[in-house]
Amino acid sequence: MKSTFDLLKILTEAPGPSGRENTIRDVIAEQWTPLADDMRTDAMGSLIALQRGSAPTPRPALMVAAHMDEIGLIVTGIEGSFLRVHTLGGMDRRVILGLEVTVHGKRALPGIIGSRPPHVLSAEERRKIVAWEEVFVDTGLPADELAALVTVGDHITVDRELVALKNDLAAGKALDNRASVLAVTLALDMLRSRNHAWDFYAVATTQEEVGVKGAIASAYGLAPQIAIALDVTFAKQHDDDGPGTFELGKGPTIAQGPNFHPHVVERLVAAAKAEEIPYQPEPVSGGSGTDAWGIQVAREGIPTGLIEIPLRYMHQPVETGSLRDIERAGRLLASFAARLEAEFRPRWEDEL
Amino acid sequence: MSYTRNETLITTLQTLADLTGISGDETKIRSAIKPLVEHHVDTLRIDALGNLITYKRGTAEKPLRVLVTAHMDEVGFMVVGHTGEGGLRVEAVGSIPERLLPGSHVWVGKEHTPGVVGVQAIHRAHGNHQAASVEDLIIDIGAKNKEEAQEAAPLGTSITFATRFREMGAALTGKAFDDRAGCAILVALLQGERLPCDLYGVFTVQEEVGLRGARVAAYAVESDVGFALEGTLIDDLPKREKDVSPTTELGKGPAITVMDRSYTTPPRLLSHVLKSAEAEGIPYQIKQPGVSSTEAGSIHPARGGVPAITIAVPCRYIHSPRALLHPDDLENTLRLVRAAIARLTPETLAIA
Repeated sequence: MKSTFDLLKILTEAPGPSGRENTIRDVIAEQWTPLADDMRTDAMGSLIALQRGSAPTPRPALMVAAHMDEIGLIVTGIEGSFLRVHTLGGMDRRVILGLEVTVHGKRALPGIIGSRPPHVLSAEERRKIVAWEEVFVDTGLPADELAALVTVGDHITVDRELVALKNDLAAGKALDNRASVLAVTLALDMLRSRNHAWDFYAVATTQEEVGVKGAIASAYGLAPQIAIALDVTFAKQHDDDGPGTFELGKGPTIAQGPNFHPHVVERLVAAAKAEEIPYQPEPVSGGSGTDAWGIQVAREGIPTGLIEIPLRYMHQPVETGSLRDIERAGRLLASFAARLEAEFRPRWEDEL
Repeated sequence: MSYTRNETLITTLQTLADLTGISGDETKIRSAIKPLVEHHVDTLRIDALGNLITYKRGTAEKPLRVLVTAHMDEVGFMVVGHTGEGGLRVEAVGSIPERLLPGSHVWVGKEHTPGVVGVQAIHRAHGNHQAASVEDLIIDIGAKNKEEAQEAAPLGTSITFATRFREMGAALTGKAFDDRAGCAILVALLQGERLPCDLYGVFTVQEEVGLRGARVAAYAVESDVGFALEGTLIDDLPKREKDVSPTTELGKGPAITVMDRSYTTPPRLLSHVLKSAEAEGIPYQIKQPGVSSTEAGSIHPARGGVPAITIAVPCRYIHSPRALLHPDDLENTLRLVRAAIARLTPETLAIA
């Protein structure tokens, strides 16, 4: 297998705006094909890879969800040689000026988010956060060519190379949530040489950033006995280290709270402890804002857990994560899956 | 009007734009220019501030002395401190709008160590409508503590945006087009045929911190006339209010300065340049007066006074991570400068 950095580079640099995940899906499918017994794409576009377990049929199923979509922009108008845009998911206007993007028109067009030069701005304007009405994409194409290639509704993604920082950190775009897709990929690889009783369904879900859409449909379709979502959480950084932030490089978090079945949480913690995988407990007092929130209420309800990888600068094109944390999340997931006995079912403390 | 692309000129621009050289740290640029011009000029020297002064003898019996400048330096940042968590504190070198920093990738130091600038995640940041000031930001290179940060990027280390030259649509894009565009044109001018006048091509330093290099170069060269070559601003993004002026326009030819914040063009020289453009059929535009400062402002008061003019390639998004220009403008600026210099006579400069 390629290095963690190289895999993360392949996964983060591929485009996959919410609702148009075809390119990233193909990239993930290429990574998962040699690791899966079966693979398919469901009606919402989510990619589902199955690695069969060893228990006799009917086998219990573990669903593992990591969303593959990323935040982006959508074309709302064409004004001469510029494109008007709006956010697709939670794109951050504070970090948008000067960004390089790809406009997914009739063909992929490189572009820049235009900014006004300091020479014509007051000191106050230089620090003003732009309104969406002031955000324009410049493709360097003259108006007539632009109009022929781009249509209102076309998607736009950030174009940003993944770079290696010191201490095994990597920075780029869409680590939310390709870091988790990579952790699932690493788990698939580990489980090929490790016995697991349960069927392991790896699902790269769609449209999480626009309201957790893909995961809900996949959970309904798979009707798993347990589901684990993988996503990213806030790492401590220079301007934010309060409650709800976690150490970078000290392992993934295991979430607890109403979104998660206590017995699933207990098993995740047990797996981490048994295999000496560093982890950080993450209290989540309500909605987790992840696929886990949607999956939990699919069908008759599904016992759900959540593993999260800490990132600095969330939803910015400099999302920074630890390669070691990604690997640990993969190990934690594989260990949890391998330790599920065929007859295990999540129970409540007071259940008979 | 469109011309056959001048590939040599474009390649020079690419080579120079991809190198880093903030004000006071222009060595890499100078070292790259030297081999491009040394076999085409008669003498070449580096002065006390770091200007590269070249001399190309004229063919006239009593040649006029013509100074042509293009500044090598670009805007960027300098390391001024280190945080306990390993972040780099920086100050801007030259004018960069604060709001462009968050979300950017940068190159730190001579080895281009990757760094990123991020801010508190939008999910957790409440109601800030203003970009953080530069003093409140850090550059994150992934260092784990102060010592590692100091080792990797000592005080005074130069930082630029991490941007590589790239073609987009009909345009060329890259960092530091202000003023590597001017440098590329001056290189081409020196590589070209000998002109009637004595040509002093000076690649200057420290323009972005106060037009410093051109001042001493103009004194040293003691020319009859001065031309400053620039990459100047275009401000043509659609605006809510009616546009006062786009300053200059893309693809409409070289921008000729009548007046900016640093000087006023003498009428005789202005008229000579306009007549040269018309005689040669070169498109041109007049830059909106009163915006920005250029080296003509440092040249005109040199010694007993030197008539000077700024001719510039219009660029969108100067002083941002990625500027954009039209190759026709680059070529037409070279043609105009060459024509205006070739057509100079002592009478041109005489005060009527």
